[in-house]
Amino acid sequence: MNQTFMLDGKAIPFEEGQTIIQAAAKAGVFIPHLCYHPEFKPHGSCKLCTVKVNGRHTASCTMRAAPGMNVESDTEEINAERRALTQMLFVEGNHFCPSCEQSGNCQLQATAYHLGMMSPHYDHFFPNRPVDASHPEVLLDFNRCILCSLCVRASRDVDGKNVFALSGRGITTHLIVNAKSGQLADTNFTLDDKAAHVCPVGVILKKRKGFAVPIGERKYDKAPIAESVTTEGR
Amino acid sequence: MTAPTKKLKVATTSLAGCFGCHMSFLDIDERLFTLLEHIEFDRSPLTDIKHCSPDCDIGIIEGGLCNAENVHVLREFRKNCKILIAIGACAINGGLPAQRNHLPLATILVEVYHTSPGLANGMIPNDPELPLPLDKVHPIHEVVKIDYFIPGCPPSGDAIWKVLTDLLAGREPELGHGLMHYD
Repeated sequence: MNQTFMLDGKAIPFEEGQTIIQAAAKAGVFIPHLCYHPEFKPHGSCKLCTVKVNGRHTASCTMRAAPGMNVESDTEEINAERRALTQMLFVEGNHFCPSCEQSGNCQLQATAYHLGMMSPHYDHFFPNRPVDASHPEVLLDFNRCILCSLCVRASRDVDGKNVFALSGRGITTHLIVNAKSGQLADTNFTLDDKAAHVCPVGVILKKRKGFAVPIGERKYDKAPIAESVTTEGR
Repeated sequence: MTAPTKKLKVATTSLAGCFGCHMSFLDIDERLFTLLEHIEFDRSPLTDIKHCSPDCDIGIIEGGLCNAENVHVLREFRKNCKILIAIGACAINGGLPAQRNHLPLATILVEVYHTSPGLANGMIPNDPELPLPLDKVHPIHEVVKIDYFIPGCPPSGDAIWKVLTDLLAGREPELGHGLMHYD
């Protein structure tokens, strides 16, 4: 039970079966992440939680902790790689924070702040991704999707509805709605679904609620995302 | 901060921006007097000087690139300024103007000048003096090298002050929690 591994020079206790990120969170150490959520099976796709285990890169949300591991996370090198990944997410989609309802409550934005991302660095794709406003209660703005698959997992594993899926491969991967028409209104999706509340960015939005909280009082205005490790356990 | 013997020359401009970042720059309020002990303004809407001196130290660029003239101005700044700073969301990722990027330019011009309600015999402006719009709005780092970025829409006066004072003191500029904003 009292097994430990080393994370940035600090001994982290863990229980059998825990992943590195789970053990780190329990010990109050924040590892940046976007597709990881403690309530869901890990997806291991965003790679933000990448750490070096005994000198090798691996996703800390999928790697089980083992005794004596030497894990590096909060280093200049790894944070630079995380920053580059975040910049790629920003240029692949259309992330216009000033006009986004999720601004201030957005994990992507807050993670970029945490990593000191001052610019997108790369050339923008400016993709054309029409929104889906068909549902009476929920708006889908695909422009902001980072393909974390949290809505896919929530709808499939918790709601039992399979409303969302990732379609295509590689650079053409995109989020789709499982309906013949492709429209959210033609599914049995409701606001009570778990999937309606897990989007880390501003894709799945409750209608008529945008900008309800003023600037300065939003989630990440109050505390940087690294503090979520103590407030939310992740 | 001790005053340098020679004042740094600072040029500023707004490309495809709304001048909101310049307004926010003025929001450093009485600190402008302190700043003016260390800098002098060259080409800028504040001085109305039309072209950069060849020995500008810092160029501050607001707004992205939406037309050919924006590109010319940006290149003039890069040529004449030792350090270029992108200020605000539009300079950094195109911002609001870039939200036209998924629409064909011709469709936009027709919508704005021909088919919008209330337009009778509308004509797409074609005076040769008018700079041609670009196919897409681009952030400025996609065209010239940018040395520093101050994100925000607009960045607060405090954020601008922090970056400028860090630079004047020879420190790497850093915006912590509260000053770092993309909105």
